[in-house]
Amino acid sequence: MVAQLTRAERQFALLTLGLLALCGLLMAAGANDDLFALHGGLILAFAVGLGFLVISGLDAPEPADGRLAEYYDDPSRVAIVLTMGWALFGLAVGDWVAWMLAYPQLTFDAAWASFGRIRPIHTTGVIFGFGGNALIATSFHVVQRTCRTRLAGQFSPWFVLLGYNLFCLLAVSGYPLGITQSKEYAEPEWYVDLWLCIVWVTYLVLYIRTLARRREPHIYVANWYYLAFIIVVAMLHIVNNIAVPVAWNHARAYSAFGGVQDAMTQWWYGHNAVAFFLTAGFLGMMYYYLPVRAQRPIFSYRMSIISFWGITFMYMWAGSHHLHYTALPHWVQTLGMTFSLILLVPSWGSAANALLTLNGAWHRVRDDATLRFMMVAAIFYGLTTFEGSFMAIRAVNSLSHYTDWTVGHVHAGALGWVALISFGALYSLTPALWGRARMHSAWAVEAHFWLALAGTLIYVFSMWNSGVIQGLMWRTYDAGGTLAYPFIDTVVAMHPYYIARAVGGALFLSGAAIGAWNVWMTIRGPAAASQPAVDDRPLTVLAGE
Amino acid sequence: MSGGAERDPLTGHMTTGHEWNGIKELNTPVPRIVWFFLITTFLFSLFWWVLMPAWPLGHTYTKGLMGIDQRQMVADDLRRAAEKAPPWRAEVIRLDYADMQADPVLMEQVRRHGAVLFGDNCAACHGPGGTGGPGFPALAAGAWLWGGAPEVLAETIRVGINSDHPDTRVSQMPAFGRDQMLTRAELQTLSGYVVALSALEMPIEVAQGNGYALFAANCAACHGEDARGMVETGAPNLTDNVWIYGGDGETIFTTLFYGRQGHMPRWDQRLSDLDRKVLTLYVADMAEGGHGDR
Repeated sequence: MVAQLTRAERQFALLTLGLLALCGLLMAAGANDDLFALHGGLILAFAVGLGFLVISGLDAPEPADGRLAEYYDDPSRVAIVLTMGWALFGLAVGDWVAWMLAYPQLTFDAAWASFGRIRPIHTTGVIFGFGGNALIATSFHVVQRTCRTRLAGQFSPWFVLLGYNLFCLLAVSGYPLGITQSKEYAEPEWYVDLWLCIVWVTYLVLYIRTLARRREPHIYVANWYYLAFIIVVAMLHIVNNIAVPVAWNHARAYSAFGGVQDAMTQWWYGHNAVAFFLTAGFLGMMYYYLPVRAQRPIFSYRMSIISFWGITFMYMWAGSHHLHYTALPHWVQTLGMTFSLILLVPSWGSAANALLTLNGAWHRVRDDATLRFMMVAAIFYGLTTFEGSFMAIRAVNSLSHYTDWTVGHVHAGALGWVALISFGALYSLTPALWGRARMHSAWAVEAHFWLALAGTLIYVFSMWNSGVIQGLMWRTYDAGGTLAYPFIDTVVAMHPYYIARAVGGALFLSGAAIGAWNVWMTIRGPAAASQPAVDDRPLTVLAGE
Repeated sequence: MSGGAERDPLTGHMTTGHEWNGIKELNTPVPRIVWFFLITTFLFSLFWWVLMPAWPLGHTYTKGLMGIDQRQMVADDLRRAAEKAPPWRAEVIRLDYADMQADPVLMEQVRRHGAVLFGDNCAACHGPGGTGGPGFPALAAGAWLWGGAPEVLAETIRVGINSDHPDTRVSQMPAFGRDQMLTRAELQTLSGYVVALSALEMPIEVAQGNGYALFAANCAACHGEDARGMVETGAPNLTDNVWIYGGDGETIFTTLFYGRQGHMPRWDQRLSDLDRKVLTLYVADMAEGGHGDR
């Protein structure tokens, strides 16, 4: 890591870490709030720990100049390891929460382990920890390959990756202590948000500078999506998290928005986090690893264009479908519903573009579990976007809203689409980055695939059942004009489905554990006999035109 | 780099001529069905925008040809539901408790509606079926603190106990130990005495000794000379086997030492007159067959 940096870059890294440590120290020493002090201490420890790493390599010889003619893959390698670590952590906590819903005594009577605190650890762990690291790992890899240029920075990729993981760490360590601003998928408090803001803008600048250095005349589709992901997430994050802290040395802040405006801002953020974090970024992933693995050209460049702009434009309007039948004015709901319906077309366009790309490569889908991961992910993407548009219809929403159907829908997307495409990409990327011929165990990839698919199906089907039953029980009147069921009856009716869901989650988790083992063994395994392709390096001169 | 467009032998379509690290793209035209659905969904949206409230116009918005507004829809729904209200609801409002209890057909309906109301509003503390739990009285036992007549139950439900209602029922068991009204030894004697009271179900005069003097001096004012409780103070009967916090010596000692002050919310702002009446009947009905005798 450190040896790849020049001496000046090492000193700059040390300076940055020093500033970070100083911030942590100030927070810890000046806090008038124990939790704030604790987080200050965590930041200090993080900075000092990395500081030791840099200092230990400070006097290493200067790196060879030849490195600038190679791709810069060290950050991606570290990101892959972090991705698998966060996957195991986030999925394990998720399965704990799932069992807790079936057996509430699993909170062990501890405040920190109550459902409301554990659940965001799960969501942040999987979305930002697992998903975010997978996106950073692949985006760094893809942008270099498709631009035929090295990342436009030596230190900044590390700053982005490690800074982002510090954000994740601060987030999940805060929830059990009760540090939250209670906005779904935006729980971290103001100082953590500010930190992410700095990290994310660095990511954006790094990405744009790399694109600007490209040695290819055109920007590949995958990069459109990655760039949309980075830009829009920056915008969403900044707007939704505008807040006024109680004091500079206190963890609590109050949102700039209130009432229905707050709800609308939150769901504009929430739905576009799904759109641009969990969709656009992973479409970028799909557009690179799927055609490479299938060894087929993308089905249609024109479909890529229609789908990209359709998704980018239409998603922005759809957030209000989370607030049907609320205090939100009716007209906002109408717009949210109609744009959600139009959105189905570009979404299916993307899914179809992926699946039609596989024409001529279906024998590879059959034989190669890695490609099958990506194929099934595209199918789940299509299913989930259809379901999403369907649930955005007001009348449907009156049944589905607040029920487990929503939970099932989210997990069809999160497990079936996001996680499967990520695993497919990681199984392509890991051997490539470490110069291995293939993954350590093809059998393990196969086992992971079937466990993940079975787990997802069990999860989604049990939540469909429980959600629809729940929705119907809530609205059933008897002949005397009285609601037929007290709420507790619906809870009792959910119980078997909650057990089924937790079993599905356990299958998915065990698949990921096999995957993590396989990635680890691949990293530690022997290098491939044949050298990697000689053209896997940046172009030094502008070719052709 | 691009070697110009070429024909894909499998599909027969041309590539765009771009290439990124081996990835090529076909220049396949967008399938007609995509255009069809794009146009269809857009036309539907257009149609829907004309019918429904849809686009903002500064301080107002397009109201839509259907004249629909969700607030109005809720108001209309509620009005229609009130118009279509089944006859039993009017009966509940009109009749008094004794008449209703004498009408088995009406009581059938009350039980059904009452079960849902009780499940959604009362069961969280009093338990499903009114079995109670530590700190929350078992309603099914019929051991009423404030009286079990329907009118009295209705008042308890309306104003609550130690609530913020101006007419709330108020009761407090003092902290005899913490506030140093009695010594630890006296409290131990007293808790033994209270245990004996219920264990033996004996007449109070028989349970003589040290405990009796302490009881008469400190407890009888609220719990009554006979220890059978008083509805005026909401103090429970100590001679039966129904306990709110627990009837073992240790728990009774804790109760004596730290005192108790239960809380029941007022329901006058949460439930309609009709619903409270139904609940009253439901709770009174629930306790029937229990050993409540007042």
